[in-house]
Amino acid sequence: MPERRVVVGSKVGLHARPAALFVQAAAKQPVKVTIAKDGRDPVDARSILAVLALDVRGGEEVVLATADAEGAETALDELATVVATDHDAK
Amino acid sequence: MATPLRGVGVSPGVAVGPVALMGGEVPEPPAGGAAGLDAAAELHAAKAALEAVAGELETRGRAAGGDVQDVLEAQAMMVRDPSLDDQVETLTGQGRSAARAVWEAFTVYRDVLAGAGEYMAARVADLDDLRGRTVARLLGVPVPGVPHPGHPYVLVARDLAPADTAVLDATSVLGFVTEEGGPTSHTAILAKSLAVPAVVGCAGATGLADGTRVIVDGGTGEVRVDPSEAEVRAAQARVAARLAARGQATGPGATADGQPVSLLANIGGPADAPGAVGAGAEGVGLFRTEFLFLDRTDPPTIDEQREAYQAVFDAFPAGAKVVVRTLDAGADKPLAFLDLGGEPNPALGQRGLRAVRRVPEVLADQLEAVGTAAAASGADVWVMAPMVASADEAAWFRAQARRQPIGKAGVMIEIPAAALRAGAVLAEVDFVSIGTNDLAQYTFAADRLVSELASFQDPWQPALLELVARVGEAGRDSGKPVGVCGEAAGDPLLALVLVGLGVTSLSMAPGSLADVRLLLGRHTMADCRRLARLALEASEAGAARRRVREAASGVDELGL
Repeated sequence: MPERRVVVGSKVGLHARPAALFVQAAAKQPVKVTIAKDGRDPVDARSILAVLALDVRGGEEVVLATADAEGAETALDELATVVATDHDAK
Repeated sequence: MATPLRGVGVSPGVAVGPVALMGGEVPEPPAGGAAGLDAAAELHAAKAALEAVAGELETRGRAAGGDVQDVLEAQAMMVRDPSLDDQVETLTGQGRSAARAVWEAFTVYRDVLAGAGEYMAARVADLDDLRGRTVARLLGVPVPGVPHPGHPYVLVARDLAPADTAVLDATSVLGFVTEEGGPTSHTAILAKSLAVPAVVGCAGATGLADGTRVIVDGGTGEVRVDPSEAEVRAAQARVAARLAARGQATGPGATADGQPVSLLANIGGPADAPGAVGAGAEGVGLFRTEFLFLDRTDPPTIDEQREAYQAVFDAFPAGAKVVVRTLDAGADKPLAFLDLGGEPNPALGQRGLRAVRRVPEVLADQLEAVGTAAAASGADVWVMAPMVASADEAAWFRAQARRQPIGKAGVMIEIPAAALRAGAVLAEVDFVSIGTNDLAQYTFAADRLVSELASFQDPWQPALLELVARVGEAGRDSGKPVGVCGEAAGDPLLALVLVGLGVTSLSMAPGSLADVRLLLGRHTMADCRRLARLALEASEAGAARRRVREAASGVDELGL
């Protein structure tokens, strides 16, 4: 199963605006992507509530995963970029 | 047409528009699954409600723009969350009603986020709010909190708290009607600052349905429900007349026969000064200085105070009068550096000048800061002390103020004893200013913070007006200025009465200045004295208000 390990770039972590940007990007993908932290159960990346509940802080590593389907690799690359970007630095 | 509702008019003018109710807490829908629910229909209803709430948040966000838009769009995302959707689908499938399913689904995430600790407190509050909004829609009850109907509206509520008014979209509120509250309630103060009509203490108001058309008359206290087209047209004409008249209200305050009456603003810090200047205030009749002292462990330095005072003095044209009230502390406004201990009855305790006399160095510093700022500015700076009961206290304060280059030193008349002995008090100081809110509280032995006693705060009460008359007479005899700086001064009809009783300056919320200036300009001093007699001879506040309203000129023409 394709996956990416990414360190969160925004200081606030996946909260507030960075979380919203991530979830919006996930909703645009042709495949369902999950996000997990600390080896716990992965959650739907399109769910803002589930993503917030993960309580990911800046500098922590998350695992993005998806089923092996067409567009999977591109989707993971795109979302990995969103996670790694520091959205506070503008 | 239904019978009109009646309350107390606390901010003049007329408004016509649809009611938007401010809801209370939304009840938790009962857990027991009702028999015979159609799961598909419940799911459909739940999804429609969620979509409607999300759509409303986005519409409001687009209208607001900026940071507010980001916040509201993030909230809309939560409402549209696919996991939430799945939960709702599962729960309705198990026989829950739409409202119950939505409640439980939000609660699942609310509890998860609450478990994640302090950091998530704001998101938990968001979810509570969103849950309340969606469930209120499904139950057909008013949405909790301040409404945002997306069009101009008359806000109807039980009462308003400062927190509610902070999130109120002031541009679309046409008027206020509250079931509770009195003339000095937060609603009254807010309505005056926005210059929109308000009726408080209006029984039956919260029974009105959302969207019902009403005419609110902030002068008479009447709320007409489902008015006729003719009534609506008449009310709209009054609204237009008031707008047109307010636009022409400029220049210093004076009676029709040219007797000047300074029209001043009440302000609570430098941030309020530009608004007061913009509203045409000739100066400041009450500059509250508590903002410098609250929420800190040490008193502010002289320099810090001087800067704040200077900012206010410089906001007004040279020569403008600015009356600084020295620190009004007390057990109800506790200050860390002024330990008063617990008092069983703070309103009758060590307040105002009484409290400050325990720490005279705090007063000395404040007067020095005022004096230094005054010397460096073009403003005509006066100082006054709050909560003065006797001529002796007035003399003590004058002696402190005289050490600084400050134009005039005076005291507030808030205690009946000081009003009764106004002649003796005025012999010691250069001016007095009547604080009608506290004077009412002490005259009627009615705590102004107890809402059940709100009617005792009505400044039209003849007993209160008699005390004002006594102070006015002492002012005339001594040739010294007598101001009023309570809510009373901003009521245009009552302002006429006060001037007739001998008051020489009126200080109010800036929003009230235009109405007061207009009505004053239509009455001579003789008119004002005649209206004052009518009020004094009335049996009670309501009668005084009606008699003066009927006898005054231009009330309808100016749309008051």
